[in-house]
Amino acid sequence: MRAKKADTKTYLGIPLYRPKVAFFEFSSCEGCQLQMVNNENTLLDFLSLVEVVNFREAMTERSDAYEIAFIEGSITRDDEVKRLKAIRKNAKVLVALGSCACFGGVNQLKNRFKNLEWVKKQVYGKHPIDTGAVRAVGDVVPVNLMIYGCPIKKEEVEKIVLDLALGKSIVVPQYPVCMECKANENICLFDLGEPCLGPITRAGCNSWCPNSGAGCWGCRGPAEDANVEYMKKIMKEKGFSEKTILERLDCFGGFKTK
Amino acid sequence: MKKTVNVNVKHLTRVEGHGNIHIKIRNGQLMEAQWEIIETPRFFEALLVGRHWDNAPWITGRICGICSIGHTLASIRAVENAFDIVPDEQTQKLRLLLKHMETLQSHSLHLCFLVLPDFMNAGSVFPLINSHGEIVAHAAKIKGLANEICDCVGGRRLHPTRTVVGGFTKLPSKQELSAFVQRLKNIVEDLMIVADLFSGFKIPDFARETEFVSLKGKDHYPFIGGDVVSSDGVQMREQDYKKLTNEYMVPHSTSKWCRLSRDSFAVGSLARLNNNFEFLHPVAKDIARRFNLIPINHNPFMNNIAQLVECVHVVMDSIRLIEELLNSKFTAPRQEVRPKSGVGVGAVEVPRGVLYHCYEFDSKGKIIKSDCVIPTGQNHANIQHDLEALAKEYAIRGEKDRDIELLASMLVRAYDPCISCSVH
Ligand code: SF4
Ligand code: SF4
Ligand code: SF4
Repeated sequence: MRAKKADTKTYLGIPLYRPKVAFFEFSSCEGCQLQMVNNENTLLDFLSLVEVVNFREAMTERSDAYEIAFIEGSITRDDEVKRLKAIRKNAKVLVALGSCACFGGVNQLKNRFKNLEWVKKQVYGKHPIDTGAVRAVGDVVPVNLMIYGCPIKKEEVEKIVLDLALGKSIVVPQYPVCMECKANENICLFDLGEPCLGPITRAGCNSWCPNSGAGCWGCRGPAEDANVEYMKKIMKEKGFSEKTILERLDCFGGFKTK
Repeated sequence: MKKTVNVNVKHLTRVEGHGNIHIKIRNGQLMEAQWEIIETPRFFEALLVGRHWDNAPWITGRICGICSIGHTLASIRAVENAFDIVPDEQTQKLRLLLKHMETLQSHSLHLCFLVLPDFMNAGSVFPLINSHGEIVAHAAKIKGLANEICDCVGGRRLHPTRTVVGGFTKLPSKQELSAFVQRLKNIVEDLMIVADLFSGFKIPDFARETEFVSLKGKDHYPFIGGDVVSSDGVQMREQDYKKLTNEYMVPHSTSKWCRLSRDSFAVGSLARLNNNFEFLHPVAKDIARRFNLIPINHNPFMNNIAQLVECVHVVMDSIRLIEELLNSKFTAPRQEVRPKSGVGVGAVEVPRGVLYHCYEFDSKGKIIKSDCVIPTGQNHANIQHDLEALAKEYAIRGEKDRDIELLASMLVRAYDPCISCSVH
C-alpha cells in the first residue's frame, strides 16, 4: 500500500519507496555503523524500509547506485578526501553519522597538539606515517543532515530514515539534555557531586549517561543558545577545576573551546 | 602445481576496518603473500597525554565499537593497578558478566553475520534473511540477549556509561538480573542449533604450527587480568606485556606487528582455548570435542569453532555469575579513587585476544604516557605467515585463483580482525 502512495512522492529528490542507502566509514571506531545492526528487534523492519546497497562491514556486494549515503568517521588523509568527494557526487543526500563525522569526535583531540610530529613520534617513533589534521565531514563536502551522538542512538536514526522515506521534515531537538533528564526523574548529578554538561548539550539521547548515574560529556554538541560561559561558572561554583570542565568540552569536538 | 596465482582483494569485506590481501605466484614461486593494513591511525595514545585519569576509559573505549567494553575494562584495570585499587567481588562479578556478554555479542555477530555467508555461498547475511530466515533469527536472538544484558549492566551496549574506575556508577536491579537467568538458559538451545549448522560445514583443512598466547587461567577460564602464557612455554605477569609483544613496524602496515618465541604468534579464541581447555564449562567442552577441537589445534580456521565453544562457555558462566549475585547482598557500587603517581597495566581477554592498556600518571593523576597493544595487532604477523603457507599449499593442490582468493579471505576473516582497533 505504502509503496504505491510513496512512489509518487519525492523528498530532497529521493523517491520515497525503499531508498537505496549506503554506509561508508572513515576514521572511526565503526560503532555508529554497528549501532545500525545492533538493534535486533527492529533491524528487519528497518531493512524493509530501505535497500542497503553498500555496507562493507556486513556485505561483499557493492554498488554505487545509492540515494542516501551515511558517512561515519572523521577525515584525516588525502585519500579519504578523494573518496568522500566521490561519494558526495553519487549521493543525493549525504548524512554525517555520529559525532566523528559531525565534529571530528574524539579523533579531533589530536588537533589540540600544535606539533603533529610530536604526536606521530609518541605512537610510531621514527617510522614515517601519513596523517594530517582531523576534519569533520562538513569541512570537506556539503552535508545535508547531521545525526549526532557518540554513539548515535539507533531509535533516532530509524526515525530519521523513516521520515526521509515518508517525505516528512526532520526535527532534531534543540533543547538541552537536562530537559530529558528531568523528564526521566533522575537525581541531578550536581547534587551527587559529579560534573555534567547536560545543561548545554543538545538532547536526543534521552539523557543516556545521567540515566546511568554518569555525567554528560557533551557528545552531541551544543544545544541551541547554549551558554558555555555560564556553564563554566556553575561548574566552578560547584568546585570543579577549569581542567575538568575543558576536558569535557573539548572531548568530542562539538563545542568551540578556543 | 599451478605456475601463476594472482589474488588481489582491496578493502576486504565483512571485517572491521580496512585491509588488503595480495598473493602473487610466478613460475611456481611465491613472490608475495601480503596482508596489508591501510587504516588511518587515530593516535589514541597521544590523545590522552596531559588529561586526567577519568578520561582514559571514556576515550579509549572509542578505539573500537565492537569491543568497547573490553577496552573500557582494560583501561579501568590499568588505572586501578596504578592507583592500587582492588575491585571488590561484586564489581569483579559484574564486570565479568558484562565482559561475557560482549564476547557473546561479538562472537555471534562474527559467526552468524560475517562468517556464515562464506559457507553458504552468499555475499552477505542480507540474502540469507530470506533463504535461511530461521538461522538468522536464532543468531539475532542470541546477539539481542547479549546486548540487552550489556545495556542492563554497563548502561549501554557499546561505549558503556556505568563502568568507571572504582566500580560502577549504578547497579542493575536484582529483578532485572533474575529475569535474564531463564533467557540465558533458553539461549543455549539456539547456540546448539548454530553448532548443528556449523557441524555440517567443511572447515578448510589447513594447519601451520603456531605459538598461542593468552591469559592463564588459575581456576577459571581467564578473561580479566593475571599472568600471560604461551603454548611455547613462556609465562609472564601482565605488567611485562612489552616483553610479550615486542612491537615493531613493517612498511606495508599502519599497524604495528608483534613477535615472541617465533616470527609471529596468535591470540584470540583458539589461543585461549588451546591454553585453558581444562577450565571450559563441561557443556562447552562437549561442543569442542564434537568438532574435534582438542588442544593444541593449529588450524586457524578453527578459531571460528573456538568462538562457538566460548559462546556456550560464557552463557553457562553468566548463569552462575547472576545466580551468585542474586544470592549476595548488594553493597556500594563504587569505591573512592585516590590518584597517585605510578604506572599501571591492565590485560583483558577481549573477543579477538589479549589486550593491554598501560598508563603512567603524575601525582595528581594526570596521564604522562599511555600505550595500548591490540589483539589484532598481535595477530597481523601470524595472519601474514598463514597467508603465505596457505597460498603455497593451495597452489600446489592446483586450486583456481578464485578459490584461493575465497580461502585467503576466509582465513583472514577467521581471525575476526578488528583493523581500525589495531591501528587506533
Ligand atoms: S561517533 Fe563515537 S561511536 Fe560513532 S564512530 Fe565515532 S567514536 Fe565510534
Ligand atoms: S544530571 Fe546533568 S542532565 Fe541531569 S539535570 Fe543534572 S545537569 Fe541536567
Ligand atoms: S548524556 Fe551527553 S554524553 Fe551521554 S549520550 Fe547524551 S549527549 Fe552524549
